[in-house]
Amino acid sequence: MTVENDPLIEDIVARYDGDVGMLIPMLQDVQAECGYLPPMKLRALAACLQVPLTRLYGVATFYSSFRLAPKGQHEVTLCMGTVCHLKGAAEIMAAICEEFKVSPGGTTDDRRFSLQGVNCVGACALAPVMIVDGKYYDGVNRDAALKLLRALPAEEEVAS
Amino acid sequence: MTTAVKLTNPQELEAYRAEVKARRGAIAHTVRVCIGTGCAAKGSRRIFELFQEAAADAGADVEITSKCVGCHGFCERGPIVVIEPGHIFYQRVEEPDVAEIFRETVLSGRVVERLLYVDPATSAVAQTEAAIPFYQAQQRIVLAANGLIDPRSIDDYLAIGGYAALAKALTMPPEEIISEVEKAGLRGRGGGGFPAARKWRSCRQAHGYPKYVICNGDEGDPGAFMDRSVMEGNPHSVLEGMIIGAYAIGSDQGYIYVRNEYPLAVEHLKIAIGQAREMGLLGDNILGTGFSFDLKITRGGGAFVCGESTALMASLEGKAGEPRAKYVHTVEHGLNDQPTNLNNVETWANVPAIINRGGDWFAGIGTQRSKGTKVFSLVGNVVNTGLVEVPMGITLRRIVEEIGGGVQGGKAFKAVQTGGPSGGCIPAEHLDTRVDFDELTGLGSMMGSGGMIVMDENTCMVHVAKYFLGFLQDESCGKCTPCREGISQMLSILDRITHGDGQDGDLDRLQVLADLLAGTALCALGKTAANPVLSTIRYFRGEYEEHIKEKRCPAKVCKGLFLYEVVADACKGCGICKKNCPVSAISGERKQAHLIDQAVCTKCGACLEKCPFTAIVKV
Repeated sequence: MTVENDPLIEDIVARYDGDVGMLIPMLQDVQAECGYLPPMKLRALAACLQVPLTRLYGVATFYSSFRLAPKGQHEVTLCMGTVCHLKGAAEIMAAICEEFKVSPGGTTDDRRFSLQGVNCVGACALAPVMIVDGKYYDGVNRDAALKLLRALPAEEEVAS
Repeated sequence: MTTAVKLTNPQELEAYRAEVKARRGAIAHTVRVCIGTGCAAKGSRRIFELFQEAAADAGADVEITSKCVGCHGFCERGPIVVIEPGHIFYQRVEEPDVAEIFRETVLSGRVVERLLYVDPATSAVAQTEAAIPFYQAQQRIVLAANGLIDPRSIDDYLAIGGYAALAKALTMPPEEIISEVEKAGLRGRGGGGFPAARKWRSCRQAHGYPKYVICNGDEGDPGAFMDRSVMEGNPHSVLEGMIIGAYAIGSDQGYIYVRNEYPLAVEHLKIAIGQAREMGLLGDNILGTGFSFDLKITRGGGAFVCGESTALMASLEGKAGEPRAKYVHTVEHGLNDQPTNLNNVETWANVPAIINRGGDWFAGIGTQRSKGTKVFSLVGNVVNTGLVEVPMGITLRRIVEEIGGGVQGGKAFKAVQTGGPSGGCIPAEHLDTRVDFDELTGLGSMMGSGGMIVMDENTCMVHVAKYFLGFLQDESCGKCTPCREGISQMLSILDRITHGDGQDGDLDRLQVLADLLAGTALCALGKTAANPVLSTIRYFRGEYEEHIKEKRCPAKVCKGLFLYEVVADACKGCGICKKNCPVSAISGERKQAHLIDQAVCTKCGACLEKCPFTAIVKV
């Protein structure tokens, strides 16, 4: 399989009729398939669309939802919106970062989870909100958040 | 759920509507479960499934429909379940309650008292939504159908009169539609408050083909979820408004740009677009009138600045979302350099009602220069958190006290923040200000997209200003120097103030930087970035000065500018604080009052949180 013909990339580009204007949805699709934006896929996409790789890289690094490294086994999102902030989200974030030696936007060394702080998930009535693998946890505090994350199953031995 | 009926003229639409209504009329009982994000997070989807199972078990002799509906707005009391007939409003419903509701209310028509809303102030029990004070002062146009219809059913939307405005509009000359919107006095709900009709007319008159219409659903303000609830709860109303607008402007292609964090909104909009296309309400030759228009959905990439119209268009072109200078008007040179009309979700959702009921009716609501209603997400330290739609001109006090039920926990009100990160904090003495684009701007805040965050006495205003600036620093795209560097500089000054290192003249320095930003930044993000700082200095100057001169945070929020102490009388000497102190700053014998060594204490607050006797206080 050469860079120029990657079936996944060709399929994704075809979904949008090769319209470079739909680059963001294309990158979102790549990320949905691969979990992140692997360098080889970006190269293939650039080749397929006939645009410089730098343009893709510029877009991928501008938007916070794109990841250039593989994510952890679980996805943890902590809302850092105004209401969550007023109700202590920053302290929760600091406690998580300290205990699991991870930084916002990063992944734990054991790849157990990726941590992301987002601006507002629009669930202010539930503040502070933490989302683990798509499930919303409302009114969390430092201890509840840490307890939840400690209980996340560790990465299974996956044969690659 | 979708029907394959293709409607080829307005008469067929009305005939189909009559058929749907007749079908609806035959159903004796309806259970409506809210699946808005707030209720869903509290398990309402499972509750819905349980109702469905119960209905299936009940057999075929009673006609029962259970449906998922969009957000009712009263998120504080979710999950919410409404039973018809009787509009019986149950709140905080849990899984074990389903069987009882089904047996008692659905099958026997008896009310389950313990699940009704009880007004904490008067102890009055409310059986229906209309009897709850939270809803009484509201006036719902945009949210009227939220909570009533299943957002995934076009039949539901048609049954309440959906797409009638479109059928009517398609018989009107485009200019007449614009005049009606002008008469209504509809101003953009995304924050700027620009007259919608003027924008539409400019775009209609602009030369160029194709022309685009865009719905800005990139609701990025923290603390705001109005647009999400409209897109999730009544997606067809947004579509209908856009199709009418496209017809008036002369556009055949539209885009809905939805924030990445709103997957449910994307899902519901996709379903709605598919249904509308299938029925001939979207796509080629709409309702046989020869007018064609189609829509695409784009998910944002997670950049706040893309809520700005030119940045959003750059993003739609597949580029980094950087805004551009405003002297080139998007109505002439917008997306792909073509004439483009962009409005916010709520603006579009108002259009069908204006066409149906007339511009004069709409203009009859509100103040002289701000017409209609506005949806706010009322959040923060307020008793009734949720989504409220109020007529323009209502006072902030009525929103906070009457609808919101006042400040949580009996604390004192300090400020209400409106307008998102670029807005301002309005203090108690201005609570009688009316909700109006121009009045809020006059107070140094703004209408914004509709976030309304109530703050109590324990909120440090310097800290709040720092939070918003930190947010804007992260979200600044970095294209223009004033915004990229100016916000950073302001933030570093605020940072030292909150750490007790504030200097004389810091407030003046902040003012100079704020003026610079307002005068020279490229887009609204930078131009208004200083608002949170300026408005808090304007109304809470004393609090800033206490931080700078006395190194004290009166709200006891800024770490280092207050101390933790043990109240000897309240301390039982249990030792929990001592055990939890990460730096061993606490000493004391068992059953004796403990003591915090201030020289060692890092003010982490662990002791205060752990103390079971609230014997630790901030001083």
